[in-house]
Amino acid sequence: MKQRDLPEHPEFLWHNPEPSSMYDVIIVGGGGHGLATAYYLAKNHGITRIAVLERGWLAGGNMARNTTIIRSNYLWDESAAMYEQSLKLWEGLEDELDYDIFFSQRGVMNLAHTLQDERDSVRRVEANRLNGIDAEWITPEQVKELCPIINIGQDIRYPVMGATYQPRAGIAKHDWVAWAYARRASDMGVDLIQNCEVTGFEMDHGRVTGVHTNRGTIHAGRVALAAAGHTSVLTEMAGFRVPIQSHPLQALVSELHDIIHPTVVMSNHVHVYVSQAHKGELVMGAGVDPYNGYGQRGSFHVIEQQMSAAVELFPAFSRAHLLRTWGGIVDVTLDASPIVGLTPVEGMYVNCGWGTGGFKAVPGAGTAFAHTIANNAPHPLNEPFALDRFETGALIDEHGAAAVAH
Amino acid sequence: MTSRRLATGGLIGRDETIKFTLGSTTYAGFAGDTVASAALANGIARVGDSIYLRRPRGVMTCGVEEPNAFVRVEGGYGESMLPATTLELADDLQMTWEDGIGTLDQSVDDAEYDHMHVHTDVAIVGAGPAGLSAARAAVATGVRVTLLEQDFALGGSLLGRPGEQVEGRPAHEWVQQVRAELEAAPNCRILLRTSVFGSYDNNYLVALEKRTGHLTTEGMSRQRVWHLIVGRVVLATGSFERSLIFAGNDRPGVMLASAAQAYLGRFGVLVGERVVVFTTNDSAYPVAADLAAVGATVTVLDARPSAGCQLPPAVDVRFGMVVVETLGDEVVTGVRIASADGSDVVPQELECDLLAVSGGWSPNVSLHSQRQGALRWDERLVGFVPTAPVARQALAGAVLGTSWTEGCLSEGAAAGADEVSPVHAGERADRAGATADLWLVPGPHGDLATHFVDPQRDNTAADVVRAVGAGMRSVEHVKRYTSISTGLDQGKIGGVLTIGLLTQLLSAPDMAAVPAGQPGQVVGDGAEDGEVNEGGRATNASMRPSPGALGTTTFRAPFTPVAFVALAGRSRGQLYDPARLTPSHGRQVELGARFEDVGQWKRAWYFARHGEDMDAAVARECRAARENVAYMDATTLGKIEVRGADAATFLNRIYTNAFAKLAVGKQRYGVMCRPDGMVFDDGVTFRLADDRFVMTTTTGGAARVLEWLEEWSQTEWPDLDVWFTSVTEQWTTIAVVGPRSRQVVAALAPDLDVSKEGFEFMAFRDTTLASGIPARIARVTFSGELAFEINVSGWYGQSLWDDVSAAGESLGITPYGTETMHVLRAEKAYPIVGQDTDGTVTPQDLGMSWVVSTKKEFVGKRSYERASHNATGRKQLVSLLPLDTTLRLPEGSQVIEQAAAPEGPLDGPARMPIPMIGHVTSSYHSQAIGRSFALALVKDGRDRVGQQAVASFGGRFVPVEIGDAVVYDKEGTRRDG
Ligand SMILES: Cc1cc2nc3c(=O)[nH]c(=O)nc-3n(C[C@H](O)[C@H](O)[C@H](O)COP(=O)(O)OP(=O)(O)OC[C@H]3O[C@@H](n4cnc5c(N)ncnc54)[C@H](O)[C@@H]3O)c2cc1C
Repeated sequence: MKQRDLPEHPEFLWHNPEPSSMYDVIIVGGGGHGLATAYYLAKNHGITRIAVLERGWLAGGNMARNTTIIRSNYLWDESAAMYEQSLKLWEGLEDELDYDIFFSQRGVMNLAHTLQDERDSVRRVEANRLNGIDAEWITPEQVKELCPIINIGQDIRYPVMGATYQPRAGIAKHDWVAWAYARRASDMGVDLIQNCEVTGFEMDHGRVTGVHTNRGTIHAGRVALAAAGHTSVLTEMAGFRVPIQSHPLQALVSELHDIIHPTVVMSNHVHVYVSQAHKGELVMGAGVDPYNGYGQRGSFHVIEQQMSAAVELFPAFSRAHLLRTWGGIVDVTLDASPIVGLTPVEGMYVNCGWGTGGFKAVPGAGTAFAHTIANNAPHPLNEPFALDRFETGALIDEHGAAAVAH
Repeated sequence: MTSRRLATGGLIGRDETIKFTLGSTTYAGFAGDTVASAALANGIARVGDSIYLRRPRGVMTCGVEEPNAFVRVEGGYGESMLPATTLELADDLQMTWEDGIGTLDQSVDDAEYDHMHVHTDVAIVGAGPAGLSAARAAVATGVRVTLLEQDFALGGSLLGRPGEQVEGRPAHEWVQQVRAELEAAPNCRILLRTSVFGSYDNNYLVALEKRTGHLTTEGMSRQRVWHLIVGRVVLATGSFERSLIFAGNDRPGVMLASAAQAYLGRFGVLVGERVVVFTTNDSAYPVAADLAAVGATVTVLDARPSAGCQLPPAVDVRFGMVVVETLGDEVVTGVRIASADGSDVVPQELECDLLAVSGGWSPNVSLHSQRQGALRWDERLVGFVPTAPVARQALAGAVLGTSWTEGCLSEGAAAGADEVSPVHAGERADRAGATADLWLVPGPHGDLATHFVDPQRDNTAADVVRAVGAGMRSVEHVKRYTSISTGLDQGKIGGVLTIGLLTQLLSAPDMAAVPAGQPGQVVGDGAEDGEVNEGGRATNASMRPSPGALGTTTFRAPFTPVAFVALAGRSRGQLYDPARLTPSHGRQVELGARFEDVGQWKRAWYFARHGEDMDAAVARECRAARENVAYMDATTLGKIEVRGADAATFLNRIYTNAFAKLAVGKQRYGVMCRPDGMVFDDGVTFRLADDRFVMTTTTGGAARVLEWLEEWSQTEWPDLDVWFTSVTEQWTTIAVVGPRSRQVVAALAPDLDVSKEGFEFMAFRDTTLASGIPARIARVTFSGELAFEINVSGWYGQSLWDDVSAAGESLGITPYGTETMHVLRAEKAYPIVGQDTDGTVTPQDLGMSWVVSTKKEFVGKRSYERASHNATGRKQLVSLLPLDTTLRLPEGSQVIEQAAAPEGPLDGPARMPIPMIGHVTSSYHSQAIGRSFALALVKDGRDRVGQQAVASFGGRFVPVEIGDAVVYDKEGTRRDG
């Protein structure tokens, strides 16, 4: 694709209907996960009396704020299976949804800067390969070959010691992905209802039968929560708790530049990750703010630290300009893995806790969650991600072990 | 090209000529010019083409909102995408116009960029009449005042109207007068060329100061990021003039009316001689007057039936008329005009070389809104205005819609003195007069393809129509569907225009899908004044689509673009997370050490002697420690003093093992876990007194552990009397290790009884070394060998290193690094937290059940009752012995069962997942057992001891035997020498 000649959105995306009084399935939250779930419910399970209720504008939460990194090279078997299934779906998604979503398999590298980074990286690569995932451990020279603008010299504080590399990984355009799902869902009869906040639930003998909203009460056979960080607010209303903490996570873009950055580079040690979007802007993210909150804004020093790291690794970015910063609210579980499955309330399902990395999971988790709702039983992919793992202790700890966010 | 500079006028330094190059042509301008004013003065009407449609474009504004005129500065500190309208002209600037896409300079930026952190009582943002007046008033109250102005001159909008009378004198004289007063005041700092680009909670402002030109650094930092913690912020940020949407409104020669006025007033440049002014409001009349006064032929087309102000002489004013289209090839040569009500079927043509447009004014609310300050749509001012300032802030001047200078002065003065504004809300609209509610003028050809809404993004009204047709209702969706407001100006040009246009494209029922909670949104029924911003309630479906019903997109930092490197500041190169070095670092360098980064520390990794590779060096160091005597710098381990009456109780809860009864003069190894029971850190803690301990932590974990202790103390157990002090840097620790270490320590510390009986394992003693240095010596081991750790004040660190070397010299004492330390401890299966553990490993998994008390409560204990802790399948620490005894498995290798191994090597990812049972955490060649070995976490590993498995790395599969984790001196016979 040419930088100055990129495809536009389709003529028509979705209808804006008034809510009906009754649906088979209500999905709370019109982010990537909610929309994909609606689409797969309709497409794979023939359920079309569905409403997606979104309190703001469709896909305006984290889905509109992430840095769009897609990869499947997660450490643990359970995660690898979920994200790899997702990546396989990404590979056919433009055709399936008939939408240019700018999916670009430009490869993602995670840099190592210490001996321990190197150990963790090799461990992850070896595990990935046995799990059937394309992963490589590459030397600094190979890093430079793939991404010539990176500084692999010894003159920086934490020189690059190598990287893990997944060639099939990459990026896609977040809004376009969400809208692609929304368009197909709307087309199949799913009601996408914006400006509709769920404020409570109708219950009957431990079973959910509907939701209260600012646009009235809406009845439903099943209710699926896909509200990211606000899921805990919703489950509180439904009488149970989910172990997620919500933190601000910021990202930023520069103005448009000629394309000079061919891949995606992530460094956990110096905390920066960056890609260059098709239009030419540098897209970057940093670490989470440590405090909890729902305000979609973070602390400025986090941005400054990230800029230091960026300029260290990429001298060419020195006089690129910060154009816009923003924050999203990431919903982090204590093992940094999502919660997808049944809940203590009959007829209610939950999909949340994707934290800093749930964009890439949208197709995979969407299919699995749709399966879970349709069958009232988890799909093998999301079975390990059940809520009860926090009681049994069967955690899937992706932050401690893999030390890679997003 | 003809010069458009008038012989007189303007605030430029006409006696200082500045040469600059645009493309391949060299031009001259004057001191005080911007690149845009100098270019316009030289008759340059065209700048870079538009980004996608490649249409010719010209300078459209006179400020930071410029959507068209961007240059790349070449050479020196080359920089892309700089708005020509704000770039100060400097000698020998070499530039090219850019067409919407920059080019990054790939060389390392060796200039200095720095950061300042200051407190100020009052910060005034913007030095127009309101800001200057506020500064004067604030300074008079005696508090510390900082005045920040992004321009290189004070005056704000007055710069464009230097002849206007202010307090009885011409505006530019008034500005100089105030400037002199402020500069003379000891409590005022004026920062020019300083854009406040971010406003954060608690009145924390961030601003970028441009200090030098683009070619030189002049021996100072090029740019400086100011971090200001402010008592009271006064926002006097002015307003932006809006354009209007009509066919060909992007043609070079179309300019905002206020910009045309500023080029004339400030720079002495008459951009056009035959001028059409197209306006919806009264503010364009003074512009017309100024242009006519210097001889331009001026026709005003006013979309309204009448004006609210006096009409200027010698200006042809036509009411109820609009521009429907611009004419010309590259640049404007004329306009087609028609009556605003559409009654006039045949458009007329007017010749012109400048079309000055005023579509109304939008208060510059960005900084206010960054703090979630509320906005409302003001029907009379036709703009989003702040409802009320945020806490500890004041607003003054045009940002509130106060449009007349006198009003700005009195409002500024009140804001500066922390008084209530004397300007009444209604007065603002009365003084501004009516603004026509006009956004778009339909074109004569029926299409909207050249009706630009956001010229920088090449987005037109047709794009907005298409977005609405696609189902987009909220401004955020329209922004994303089209890309309006995503350029460098971040919506300063296109933002409100889009909202205005949407009010004409949407119907009342559409509004049901418009989410509540957008800034500037009215909650209620289209009322003029409404509460804003908090979200919550839905917009009413019957609400008519006014801008106030739609709201704005979110304003975010930065207000103006900031170079990445400026934000990085000094935190680059070796100052990026500065390395921590131990006192004897220099000595270790002299000894040929290679270092590794551990946390922020540089630690000696190994000491290669002449010709040795790492393996040879480590082998030699290991032998020295096991067979003779060796020493290492252990200073980097974190050290935290834990004091208070409840210190012992606290430690007893934090560590998995018992600490309550640790005797004074003794130390104990402890493990701390997170609530999920996973190992978090470990180390040895000394008890100095009943109420005083020194805890050691891992090198990388020190800060984390201190925070951990503070968190538990402050949030969970505030009743405990205990406090914590980091003392890592206060101590130097040298470990003297090996069977002959006792001799070395005896020589170093003659007063100390170092005998096995006199100085038992895990005791420590305070003593004075032969050198006279006070020391605390501990008997502890991380290798299984007899060992002592000598702790002295950090100031004596190097001296201690020298003394240890000297004391051991005759024995051949050998310095060793972290690699040898790792080998020695691995032979004994002492885990390294973070290497042999990864947040999923319990002490029991490590074979350290002995460190987990069954009697007391501690953090993590409850988790051991969870099913997963008691089920089979937990990964346990074991050793792996490759059948090939010379093979050192790569750390990170995976372990699989023999039956799962494929026939041969794999040259890519496995086709079907191969189940893994564990992984290698540590792997070395051992001198002690004369072969390679590894530590690994393996599912049910302890049950598999003696069995074979397969290690997988790099596509290879090699057989290994699973063994007990401890591969050397299982009985612990070496500890006491
Ligand atoms: C800065 C940043 C960078 C990131 N980078 C990446 C990345 O590079 N790669 C990656 O894979 N992931 C990334 N992520 C994470 C990813 O964006 C999220 O994990 C993912 O988008 C979350 O799922 P979602 O799209 O369904 O959530 P959201 O888009 O947040 O959707 C949840 C929706 O629920 C709605 N809602 C909440 N409460 C209610 C209610 N009561 N009633 C109705 N609706 C409600 C919200 O308004 C929201 O629209 C990043 C996140 C951030 C913030």
